[in-house]
Amino acid sequence: MIVDDSNIIRRKIERCNDHNVFFVVARASNGEEAFRQFQIHRPTVVTMDLTMPKMDGLDCIRKLVELDQNVKILVVSALSDKATGIQALKNGAQGFLCKPFSDEQLVQALLELVN
Amino acid sequence: MTEDVLQVFIDGVVRFFQHTDDDSVKVGTPYLSENSNPEAFDVTGIIGISGPYRGCVYFTAPKIFVKHLLLSMGEQDTRKEYIADLVGEVANTISGNARKAFGHEFMISVPVIVEGAPNSINLPKHLLSYVIPIYWKTYHSAVVICLEN
Repeated sequence: MIVDDSNIIRRKIERCNDHNVFFVVARASNGEEAFRQFQIHRPTVVTMDLTMPKMDGLDCIRKLVELDQNVKILVVSALSDKATGIQALKNGAQGFLCKPFSDEQLVQALLELVN
Repeated sequence: MTEDVLQVFIDGVVRFFQHTDDDSVKVGTPYLSENSNPEAFDVTGIIGISGPYRGCVYFTAPKIFVKHLLLSMGEQDTRKEYIADLVGEVANTISGNARKAFGHEFMISVPVIVEGAPNSINLPKHLLSYVIPIYWKTYHSAVVICLEN
């Protein structure tokens, strides 16, 4: 599942998956929508933006992990300070990729996440 | 605002364009601008800043600039909504990256997008803004920093 309030970034993340390493089951533009979509589709991997309307990424990570402790969450965010990264990991994310990112960096981060 | 603070945002601009298919971006000499007449092109993405610094950071560009930026990121669809989306994302990325230098107390909002006339951007009249000119391909855009602490 791809979660980002930018449609451009959601589409960029989806294009990176041109080797069909992953199958995108859902997309969401805020934390609330992500929480609803997660309950329906139960994705195994989530890319998660942090700065979003309605419910931000840090809260959303915590709620998704409450539902499924095995979900693998890669934060994809422009917030590049250490404290935010550490908080995301504390909330249950397993990886952090800072925007801007290349296709190769994203694919590498996702593969590291699942392996 | 110190030179070091401005440099954080200049570095953010360069970092963003390094991830396009044409990383030959040039950053012009920053200059001060009166907030009564804000620098603005066709479309602008504004990020509100709170915490130790207060104000806003915005990215403003002509539509043709943003269309080419979309294409350079591999996005073939250059519809109006995507142009607005991308200026917000540029402003968000540059502001978010600044937290590496300023820490997590440098709080950023979600982007607000405005189109057209400069008078639709409301800036505090008692402050000045720093304008960072950006030259990319044959186009000109700007990142504008209006912060007080």
